[in-house]
Amino acid sequence: MTEIIRGSAEDSDLVRTADAPEPEAPGQQVSESAYRRLRRMVVLATVTVSLLPLAITMVINYVQFRGALQAEAVDPMARLTLNTKRSLELFLSERRSGLTFLALDRPFSELCDRSSLTRMISNLNRSLEIGTFVDLGIIDDSGNQLCYSGPYKLEGRNYLDQDWFHEVARRGTYTSDVFLGFRESPHFAIATKHDRPDGGFYILRATIDAEMLSEQILTTGLEPTSDVFLIDREGILQSPSRRYGEVLTAIPLTVPHYSPSVEVVELKDDRDLAIFMSSAYIHNSPFVLIQIQPAEEAMGRWFTLRSELLGFLAVSAGLILTVILWGSGQLIRRMREADERRAALYHQVEYSNKLASIGRLAAGVAHEINNPLAIINEKAGLLLDLVMVGPETPHQERLAATVDSILRSVQRCKKVTQRLLGFARHMDVRTETIDLEALLREVLGFLEKEAEYRDLTVSFRVQDDLPTVASDRGQLQQVFLNILNNAFAAVSEGGHIGIEIAHEDADHVAVTIADDGVGISKEHLQRIFEPFFTTKSGTGTGLGLSITYGIVKKLGGRCRVESEAGRGTRFTVVLPISREG
Amino acid sequence: MDQLRLLFVDDEEELVSAVIERLELRGIEGVGATSGGEALHHLREGSFDVVVLDIKMPGIGGLEVLRTINRRHPEVKVILMTGHGSAEDNEIGRRLGAIAYLEKPVDLEDLLTIVDQAVNGKAGGPDGR
Repeated sequence: MTEIIRGSAEDSDLVRTADAPEPEAPGQQVSESAYRRLRRMVVLATVTVSLLPLAITMVINYVQFRGALQAEAVDPMARLTLNTKRSLELFLSERRSGLTFLALDRPFSELCDRSSLTRMISNLNRSLEIGTFVDLGIIDDSGNQLCYSGPYKLEGRNYLDQDWFHEVARRGTYTSDVFLGFRESPHFAIATKHDRPDGGFYILRATIDAEMLSEQILTTGLEPTSDVFLIDREGILQSPSRRYGEVLTAIPLTVPHYSPSVEVVELKDDRDLAIFMSSAYIHNSPFVLIQIQPAEEAMGRWFTLRSELLGFLAVSAGLILTVILWGSGQLIRRMREADERRAALYHQVEYSNKLASIGRLAAGVAHEINNPLAIINEKAGLLLDLVMVGPETPHQERLAATVDSILRSVQRCKKVTQRLLGFARHMDVRTETIDLEALLREVLGFLEKEAEYRDLTVSFRVQDDLPTVASDRGQLQQVFLNILNNAFAAVSEGGHIGIEIAHEDADHVAVTIADDGVGISKEHLQRIFEPFFTTKSGTGTGLGLSITYGIVKKLGGRCRVESEAGRGTRFTVVLPISREG
Repeated sequence: MDQLRLLFVDDEEELVSAVIERLELRGIEGVGATSGGEALHHLREGSFDVVVLDIKMPGIGGLEVLRTINRRHPEVKVILMTGHGSAEDNEIGRRLGAIAYLEKPVDLEDLLTIVDQAVNGKAGGPDGR
């Protein structure tokens, strides 16, 4: 039978083609949030085990490197401070020795003479190479200035009430703080005590230009960034500081506690600058040597290394996080896919089981009906036989017609039970030689009544010399019943369904079932093969087409669907002519 | 040729009696049996050309009767009959040498055509396969 049916090739450019996707279970099987939770946990666990050891290693490295580099920065500083301290101590002790030499060189009687004192100053300054002594005076044990040579008018002064006098009397030597002396320039004084042959003692006291101290400090070869100066024990600058001001001003730092050796501490100064401060007390003097170096300069190498370490940490952490996030995403996606496949499979099995139970029920019903049907058949046959062989009676013809009618009804019943049995048979793939047209007509038999009631036209167009296909009868019946059911559901009263069987290629036959029904929207078209996807809210299981797809795939074929909302749907099942394997 | 003798076996008494009567009306000597045991008894007592056997019967089933026939009366042709056409039974029946496999309800004229063909040697019997 050949008829022209709607939705054929000429308007195929109006319809969308959707290649059948792999069946995919929707997310509602396991909730979205469960996967998110799982992913969070996986990420948290992997991040902890990978980043924690890295962080610990980094902290250990940080502390160790910092310690090592700090020592590297601090040690030279301490050494330099120690050297400067020694040279300052030597400087002071040379001056004291000079005074002691004078006292030993001449008897007391020759000392106390102004002109000889002046000569002595000049000799001392020459012998010590650096012109340092500004004045020289002799004080007796009563504190009286016996004689003096220098720019001040000090002769006749008494020092008995002064602390330094008592100190020199007690300890033998004395070095003073820096004070503003001659011409308002800073000076300091040293004094030594000497015994007189006639008993008692006298003191030699000399004033020295404080500039000498600064020169001593500068000759020790300091780094340009460091600041070295002297303070007294009250924190008053005894030599100028680059950072903290001029002589005789107070430094804004705490005076370090006394220690016989060099001490280095890290602290913040008044301008909140991180500094290293090394300090040393100068022996036999009120001076404390201080060296200041900004931490940034001292620890320059450390800061470079630190940024390298932190950079490395950041890059590794970033890399690890990226890999973990990506990996966990992949993992969860795979897991989810597997879950969904399992759920789909489970539902397919469930559906097959349901079909199998329906099949068993149908087989039972058919069997139970066939036996009484056989009796009716034979009894009616017998009745007909008897009527025909017997003598002619007035009702013979009517009787024969009646029996014939009974027999036709029996044949109709037989057709129904045979169909039921046909569906009940073999759920597994069983290859038979199948005439597709006959099979489709058989399936249509189930829908005949509905078509009649709803005034639907079903047309067949079958290509000439189509081969039979080797496939599974029961499964194909299920496939076409499903598709036809959908087509019937899609069309409205008086609608048209066209069935076309034609060669797809040399090895395949295509069965196309086209309807002029409601069609499928673009969004739905991509999902129609998904299990549980349904537009028949409430009534559909959403399994029909996914199972259809599964069966066709199992039979070595493929499905194709083209549809346009409002215009209709063309559903094509392509089947192999011979079944390999 | 002698008169055709046919044994019709089915557990439905009503069916058997109707079939036998119809056969007689056609001049065929039909014997009915309503169980496998009874069928074997008839086979021992007399000779038959064709046996029509229902597969599903309580007690000795059709296939078992067929096996016995193959052993003891290999010359007898067997037609199987069933209320539901199980493909497995069909296959077993064919392997056991049944010449045909019919689904109930069976049209008597169809049955007689097959019987005629079988007896006149057109269809392969157990020996001819």
